[in-house]
Formats: sequence, C-alpha cells, structure tokens
Amino acid sequence: MYERIAVMLMKEFLQLKRDRWAKFRLVVPLLIQMLVFGYAATFTVHHVATTVLDLDRSQASRALVSHFVASSRFQVVDWAQNQAQVTRDINEGRAVIAIVIHAGFAKDLENGQQAPLQVIVDGTNSNTALIALSYISQIVGLFSQDQAPAMLRTAASAAVPAVSISLEPRPWFNDDLNERWFFIPGVIGTITLLQVVSLTAFAVVREREVGTLEQIMVSPIRPVEFILGKTVPFFLIGLGDVALVSAFGILWFRVPFIGSPLVMFAGTVLFLLAAVSLGLLLSTFSRTQQQAFALNFFFVNPLFILSGFAFPIAAMPAWLQGVTVVNPLRYFLVVIRAVFLKGVGFPALWPDLGAMALLASVMLAASILRFHKSLD
Amino acid sequence: MSSGTPAVVVDRLTKRFDEFTAVDGITLTIGRGEVVGFIGPNGAGKSTTLRMLCGLLTPTAGQATVAGYDVAREPEKVRQNIGYMSQKFSLYGDLTVRENLRFFAGIYRVRREDLGSRMDFAIRMAGLEGREDVQVTTLAGGWKQRLALGCAILHRPPILFLDEPTSGVEPEARRRFWDLIHDLAADGVTILVSTHYMDEAEYCNRIALINQGRLIALGTPRELKGSRLGGQLVEIACAPLGKALARMSAAPGVLDAAIFGDKLHVVMAEGGLDLAGLRQALADGGIQVGEARAVRPSLEDVFVRIVTRKQDAPGAAA
Repeated sequence: MYERIAVMLMKEFLQLKRDRWAKFRLVVPLLIQMLVFGYAATFTVHHVATTVLDLDRSQASRALVSHFVASSRFQVVDWAQNQAQVTRDINEGRAVIAIVIHAGFAKDLENGQQAPLQVIVDGTNSNTALIALSYISQIVGLFSQDQAPAMLRTAASAAVPAVSISLEPRPWFNDDLNERWFFIPGVIGTITLLQVVSLTAFAVVREREVGTLEQIMVSPIRPVEFILGKTVPFFLIGLGDVALVSAFGILWFRVPFIGSPLVMFAGTVLFLLAAVSLGLLLSTFSRTQQQAFALNFFFVNPLFILSGFAFPIAAMPAWLQGVTVVNPLRYFLVVIRAVFLKGVGFPALWPDLGAMALLASVMLAASILRFHKSLD
Repeated sequence: MSSGTPAVVVDRLTKRFDEFTAVDGITLTIGRGEVVGFIGPNGAGKSTTLRMLCGLLTPTAGQATVAGYDVAREPEKVRQNIGYMSQKFSLYGDLTVRENLRFFAGIYRVRREDLGSRMDFAIRMAGLEGREDVQVTTLAGGWKQRLALGCAILHRPPILFLDEPTSGVEPEARRRFWDLIHDLAADGVTILVSTHYMDEAEYCNRIALINQGRLIALGTPRELKGSRLGGQLVEIACAPLGKALARMSAAPGVLDAAIFGDKLHVVMAEGGLDLAGLRQALADGGIQVGEARAVRPSLEDVFVRIVTRKQDAPGAAA
C-alpha cells in the first residue's frame, strides 16, 4: 500500500517541480489576492462627494457646514445656489450626498425649536449610503451638543433638569472595529479553498483526459491508494498556503493572532480534508478539464457568498441558511476568526470542527464510492 | 494459470451502450503464447472488447476469462496477470523515461531487488539507452510506443492487451514494434493486439476480423486468404474505375468487385468468365483496359469480400 502511495506522491511532486509556472501559480495569486482584499475590502467611507445648499446663510448654518468640512468623511464638491443645482449634482453623479439648510435654520435654533436639516442621499449604493447617513447623524449630533449650552442659556427657566443619556459602545476583540482584522482571516480561508478544490479536481481530471488514468486503472492499484496518492499532495500544498497567507496577514497587515496555533492547525487540517474531498468529488463528475472548470465555477461562488465571509449568514433567508450548513468554508471562517481575534479554543469551537470533519468524511466516502476502477 | 488452460476465453461477449451494440456476441479462445490480431475498421468494437478483457468495462452479456479469472467477477485478479497499452498514448510526458518506468514499477509493486534489472530490460527493449533521463514528451512516436510497452511489461504479465499500439507511428518503427511483440511471444507471453493496418495482420499467428461489433472471420492469415475468398482474384488496370466497378458488379460469374488503389479487384467464381472474357466485358462497356492478371489475395481483399458478403446476405455464416 505504502509503496504505491509513495510512487504516486513522488510523481505528483516531480510533475509540480517540472511545471515551471506551478511555483508562480501556487504563490503569487495568493499573495496578490491577499493584498487586494486587505486593502480594498473595507466598508469604511471616506471623502464622500457632497454638495451643500445653504439657504440660511447664518452663523449657525456655516458652523454646521464646517463640521462636515472638518470631517474627512465628506468632501464638499459643490456649493449649490438653488435646489435645481442640487438635483443636478445628484443625478449626474457629481455628488452622493446633498446637505440642504433651509432659510430660518438659525432662527429655529435660537428659539429652541427643532431646526430641520434636509439630507439627500444617492441610494444606488445602499451600503455606502447607509454608512454615510450614520456619519451624518454623528456629525449633526456633535453639532447639537455644541449648540446645547446656548440653548440651555435661553431655556434656563426650564423646570425639568436636562438628562442626557450617552451610549458608550465597547466592541470586544476588535476595539477599533478594524474591518481588515475581520476580512484577512476570511481571505485566508477563502483563497485556500479556491486553490485546493480546483487543484485537486483538475489533477484527477487531467489524468482522465490524458489517458494515464486508464493506464493506472488496469493496474492492481486500490481506489483508496490512488485517491490518497492524488489528494495528499494538495493537502500539503493547502497547509503551505494557509501558513503562507497567515504569516502575510499577521506580519504585513498586523492582524493579531491571539489564539492557539494548535486549534488553528486542527481547524486547518479538517478544512483541507473537506476541500480536497470536495475537489475529488467534483472530479468524479467531470470527464474533461472544461467540465471540471465549469463545475468548479458553479460551486465556488456560492461557497464564497454563503460562507459568511462578507454577508452575515444570520441575515439570509432560512432556506439559504440551511444551504450554508454543507459549506465547509462557513465553519472554517468561524474557527479562523475566533482563533485570530478571540483566542477561544476547542470548548467553543468543537461544533464547527466537528461539522468540517463530518463534511470531509461524507464527501471523501462519496468520492471513493464514485471512483470505480472502470470506465462504464 | 496452469499450462493446460487457454490464456483468454471469450464467450458470447456483448457490450451495449444504451441502444448501440458495440460488441455483439464475440466468441474466441486464445492459447498461451499466441499472437492474435484484432483487425477491423475504427469503431468496429476492438477497443471495447479489449477494455472488457481488462476489466475496465463490464460486459452487458456473455463472459470472458483471462488467465483463468472471470473479468466481471474478479477484475483485480485479472489485473495482476495482464499488461495493457491503451489506444491513447498514456505515459507522463513531463516525467523522464526512467521516472515513468519507476512509477509503473511502483504501481505494480515490482520487488525492489528486481527493480533495476526490469527497468534496464525495458530501456534496452525500447532502444532508449542513453535517453533514460529525457522527458518523454520530447521522444518521437515510435520510442514513446516502445516505452509504453516497456511500462506495460515491467511486472512480467503472462498476457498483454495492446490497443492499436502502432497507430500514428512511422512504418520503420512499426516493424520494430512487431519484432518486440514476437520476442515476447517467444518467451511465452500471450498477446492480443488490435490494429487497423491490414499489413500488420500478416505478423499474427491468428487473425480475428471484427466488423460492427461482430467477429466475422477467425483463422491464420494463410487460412483466411486461401479459403475465404471463394474464387479467383483478378487485378485489372482500367479506367474509369467507377464505371468499371458498376459493370463488373453486374457481370455474370463475378462474386465481388472492389476498387483497390488505382486498380479494380474482381473475385471470379469457378467456371465463370476467364480473363479474356473479363477484358471483353469491360471493353464492351467503353472502358479502357490495361493489364489484367490473377493475383494472390491480401487480407484486405478477404476483409472487403467478407464484409460485402455479410451485407448482401444478412445472417449468413462467415
């Protein structure tokens, strides 16, 4: 048994060594994706193009606008003269946000009345719009506080003492709510899955296409020997991938790693077993590399979207949440984020580790059953 | 395998793919050390039969034993005893000659102490001395085929199934390949080899002619050429060929007529037209007639003759 697996491994690594592009293909895309995700995948909003229409032209209105200008979140791109110009700015995409201060703003404030402020947001990108709106309410809130002493003075006779409730959010594990910390561990899992699944699937299908698989099938080799010989190399490559991109995330992006390397290793092993099993299973459904490519394409995007990488699973409709149960990436993302940021161990993570182990064994068993040594 | 049992016994072996019958009730027995040629056009069912004998395809009906083991029930036992070369060249092009041999030796678990001598033998047999460390993809067709044969015999199988091993290989290399086949047969290896080159059939001890999934003739090349035609073969140089063919097919006493290259081959029944009568019949049809002479039939003549006879009279015995 070991002799056959040994020669299979030797062959795979020789082929990998001969393939001059392999080293490039295995490493460079990983690092590039890591960089791209690390820098680009962020929900933070900066320098939102803003147009301002100040119809009040008072000291108070100018003070409000200066609050916006002072914040790096907004960048005033146009001082509109009338409502039509505001509409034009938004329609033509010059501005995403319009702040309209109506005449009488300062007077209302002085009288201690509610001073309405109109904010128009281009909702095309609902995500940016929502985030920008939350900044606006923060800024307006600060402005109100600034105005408060003046208001208190004018309303000194008020019988009710002013009670202010202040909410002090205290996020755990990621004090600054740094999105990069959230994304980088996810990227490690995601790109490893993509690479390992496709490498495994293609390696088997290539042998089928070239005809070497037929030559191996007429030998007395056992399916389990062939399958081990064909998956162990990609399992090892996957381990290397995880180590490499994790190191990159920790050293370059300074993502903290506060958990136990042992938990990380256990999670990675189970995850990679699931990944190679999935690749193997896909390969048993493909006769040609084109078919494997199409199948890979069909599976990989849903795996990514339904993993909780960017979109919370809890927010998905129930039936879709049900689908995520068979997604190994879903569990690995929980494990890897927990290990990186929370430092929790086996007691908290065993359900996710167990789910990956179960998925891996089911898929591996299915592919061994499907891999008959016949061409029927 | 005891010396008394035949190497391969095929009994009404049939393979259907959905509606299509690829192999239709083939029956055949091959003795030890025999070289049997599977001859027939592409799609005749040669590869499908060989794949069933290797245990790669499950027979739909009928059975076959190889080295005494049933191919459907004991495919693993069969695989211990056979070497197989598939139609497609199937070695690893990015590995060297030696690495390919080492790989297949490992897959077949050639014992460590035999490894060196077996690999050296395969390298010498394939004429690849000095090229041991060359990547296989850079080798010419003939060398690749001989290396593939070398890989298939590393474990010293008593039976070899070779599926069109010489297709796409230049004539000189084909001849060398057949020398190897005969060397192996001389050592007692049983070989079933398929080809669509009629000239190669002459190198076989026996020939199985296959057409449309059926075994239509079986015998030594001499037997087939001698008895199967049923008349005298005449080769006529004439023009235009198409018109001549039509006229000859309808002529009395002509069993068969076919175009062979730039000449017409006509099989004439005993007691029918003689050569002069034949010339006359063609000339009467306004056909220019050159040389006409009786020739010894080739296997191709036999094959064409048998196939046409079958089509004329469906169900007739071959």
